[in-house]
Amino acid sequence: MPLTLKLHRALMALPKFSLAVLALTLLGGCADEFILLDPKGWVGVEIKWLIIFSFLIMLIVVIPVFIMAVWFPYKYRAANKDSEYKPDWEHSNKIEFFVWLVPCLIILVLGVLTYQTSHSLDPRKPLVSENPTMRIHVVALDWKWLFIYPEDEIATVNELAFPVDVPVEFIITSDTVMNSFFIPQLGGQIYAMAGMENRMHIIGNEVGVFKGYSANYSGFGFSGMKFKAKVLEQADYEKWKATVKLAPEALTDTRYDALTKKTKDHPVEYFNAVNPLMLNNIVEKYTGEQDGQ
Amino acid sequence: MASKHTVITDPDPIFGKLTFDSVPFYDPIILTTFLVTVMIGVAVVGSVLYYGKLKYIWDEWITSVDHKKIGIMYIIAALIMLIRGFSDALLMRSHQAIALADKEGTGYLPPEHYDQIFTAHGVIMIFFVAMPLIVGLMNIVVPLQIGARDVAFPFLNSLGFWLFAVGAMLVNTSLFLGEFAATGWLAYPPLSGIEYSPWVGVDYWLWALQISGIGTLISGINFFVTIMRMRTKGMTLMKMPVFTWTALCANVLIILVFPILTVTITLLTLDRYIDTNFFTNELGGNQMMYVNLIWAWGHPEVYILILPAFGVFSEVVATFSRKRLFGYTSLVWATACIMFLSCIVWLHHFFTMGAGASVNAFFGIATMVISVPTGVKLFNWLFTMYKGKVRFDSPMWWTASFFFVFTIGGVTGVMLAIPAADFVFHNSLFLVAHFHNVIIGGSLFGYFAGITYWFPKATGFKLDERLGKWACGLWTVGFFFAFMPLYALGFMGMTRRLNYYDNPVWNAMLLLAAAGAIIILMGIMVQFYQIFASIRDRDKNRDLTGDPWDGRTLEWSISSPPPFYNFAKLPVVNDRDQFYDEKQNGTAYQQPEKYKKIHMPKNTWAGVVIGCISFVFGFAMIWHIWWMAIASFLGMAVSYIIYTFTKESEHYYVPVEEVEALESAHYQRLKEHKNQVDTLAV
Repeated sequence: MPLTLKLHRALMALPKFSLAVLALTLLGGCADEFILLDPKGWVGVEIKWLIIFSFLIMLIVVIPVFIMAVWFPYKYRAANKDSEYKPDWEHSNKIEFFVWLVPCLIILVLGVLTYQTSHSLDPRKPLVSENPTMRIHVVALDWKWLFIYPEDEIATVNELAFPVDVPVEFIITSDTVMNSFFIPQLGGQIYAMAGMENRMHIIGNEVGVFKGYSANYSGFGFSGMKFKAKVLEQADYEKWKATVKLAPEALTDTRYDALTKKTKDHPVEYFNAVNPLMLNNIVEKYTGEQDGQ
Repeated sequence: MASKHTVITDPDPIFGKLTFDSVPFYDPIILTTFLVTVMIGVAVVGSVLYYGKLKYIWDEWITSVDHKKIGIMYIIAALIMLIRGFSDALLMRSHQAIALADKEGTGYLPPEHYDQIFTAHGVIMIFFVAMPLIVGLMNIVVPLQIGARDVAFPFLNSLGFWLFAVGAMLVNTSLFLGEFAATGWLAYPPLSGIEYSPWVGVDYWLWALQISGIGTLISGINFFVTIMRMRTKGMTLMKMPVFTWTALCANVLIILVFPILTVTITLLTLDRYIDTNFFTNELGGNQMMYVNLIWAWGHPEVYILILPAFGVFSEVVATFSRKRLFGYTSLVWATACIMFLSCIVWLHHFFTMGAGASVNAFFGIATMVISVPTGVKLFNWLFTMYKGKVRFDSPMWWTASFFFVFTIGGVTGVMLAIPAADFVFHNSLFLVAHFHNVIIGGSLFGYFAGITYWFPKATGFKLDERLGKWACGLWTVGFFFAFMPLYALGFMGMTRRLNYYDNPVWNAMLLLAAAGAIIILMGIMVQFYQIFASIRDRDKNRDLTGDPWDGRTLEWSISSPPPFYNFAKLPVVNDRDQFYDEKQNGTAYQQPEKYKKIHMPKNTWAGVVIGCISFVFGFAMIWHIWWMAIASFLGMAVSYIIYTFTKESEHYYVPVEEVEALESAHYQRLKEHKNQVDTLAV
């Protein structure tokens, strides 16, 4: 078979092949599984566009590289007697200029973008919203997440809920090894470390139940250290709070000590009352008393 | 598995923490591996004794200070450890492929075992596969490229190798005696502290890395001095072959950052052994300090791994395009830029720790800036092929594959370098896919290209070409199957190091990844068969001229394998592509009229003896057997002192007659195969 015919067939087959791949992906129900491309909150949406933009701008370099990586060795293959051969050609100011300039320009654009988004999407920065920011305390334990609602004086384990369109400030610490508090679809994670408070602001702009994980390996029960983050309508959120309030137990210090024991695949738990300063106490266990702060 | 043991906190004065219980008889996987390993060991030792080769192996290999032999031993050790590290990979991939469940207990590996496996996989692949491959290649190639007869400190070279080998042995011992760390490959405290990891796993990690790390530091100093001081006449820095340049930069990095590793590990050791509080939760300990320190070493470390691979590609592209390397100066400066920048980007491994926006932005931008010199390198290699005569021998296959695979890794690297984006990518499988993408597609493919390229130089015969191309094809296809699903899984929000998960779509992707791992396994099997078949058919693939690829640099101007003294008469260099230049001018292959006696180092027992005693020392420290630790420490010190007293007799002169005989034989062979030489020179 002549080469042109082969090439022609290969080209004809290409759309079919890509269609098949696409169909497989879609039929497999994968498309909506790419949750980073389907974020449900402002932070996540910003990050999504950042990812897409940075990928596209790099194609300016990647596509020429791929083309040259195929074209040059093909054209200048040893068997091709017609191609030019310049064994001593080793320098060209023009080419050098462009191969330094173009990557520099791309990185300049990306650098500016990086600087801006590092600040605009800084997890510590409060989000702009009509609604006042709500605060939730998060404690990483072996191997479960404790959520304390200091304003409502309730607490939950491995389940988190907050109203839609309300910015939330998480104050995060750990009463064990390092973990990372991560809700992929809402756009963020931050380390939970003992004796330290980390802050993360996110917002849920759509109602739904989103998965949360510990992203930093923390021991044998790590894989079960996941939680559900429920973004609810205000009314549903009030109902949820009422349900928690109806729970039989309060999170006393003794009950907390029991929680710190190592457990795997810990079930969801509700506590009808909690000391709103519990997070401070947990942090101060390691740092000593922080005068009046 | 720590869970099956009562953890001994009060060590016995004679046996330390070691008890009969420490042997994991209860685990069928480990027990079988143990028995197979013992059988292979017995078979190897038995056949050595049976064929009476013990003296040969002792004289020619174990006590050798010949850089070429030490290089070969590094590579053999790396390939053995590759089997171990890749077995771990297969265990993880197969386990995750069947671990779809919302509670612990699916798959076949409980977390207590699985977590040791992913830790061991990372540690082994970085420290005991990638590092020895690169140090091995440097050993074989650098002295030959700079026209030297050996490295600057031949004894230290031998000692460095044996310390590295001891580290690898300690990691392997942990499989059969006790446990390995279950902390992730960098053992972040407080998880790696005594409170959360009370048994010996982390101690194995500490001492294996401490001992082999000192070995690496020693060889780093050695190569730095070798390259700076032992270049032959006329070889200025800007006339050095690019591989030597990248080796120089890598060794500067080793000297800069391995001390950080040593100190960090020492501090963690103190935390675990004498209850200090450098990195504990309590009493002012600071885990963030550890994470900063370990990555201040860890990030330059990945550039130590990749810079020499860049060097390999530079040599390979120029040789197989039969053209001078495009933009030598810019390549050298790009390498130096990367070397410098790699030291100021470590924080990008933990943007999510909570540093301020400006700190994150600085480290993010610094990281991206690295992609500029790296991109320049890619273009320089591409333009080296432009207007060349490109031949596709198997080293070039690896290089071509690298262009595509590595570029994808570079793109995802820049995406990860944007702090805001990293908040969703960090510790996800996207990250795992990225670093495998650059380490496999960049470093490892480079080492494979280098091994194929310089194999005839080191052994005297080529590797089988056809099998080499198959291996490259399987690795490349396997790579895409194994790691593209991981990128997708990152977008699906899957985090790394999970023992089980409850999303069926993830399961489909992980099955695909497992299939990819099997394709890579086939690639590795082809490579081992390639080595076996090439040794079997070595008479067919002999490199009789010393220049099988129409090479350009000094190493190709001497016989394959080179005589133990490398160069009978030290060459004088006028050009970057010195040997190519000589071939063009017709001045290559001229036998000197007269030879001189050659000053060479003698073999020494000291490297291997000190190495072996350091194994006993490491073992004793891990198991808290204090008397043995003290005795072995003294043993090392005394051995070294004895060695220093015999140092004077460690050198000798090779008589002129011996040199003449060896050289004349080579020139005779050249005459007989003149045709081969001529066809190449055209």
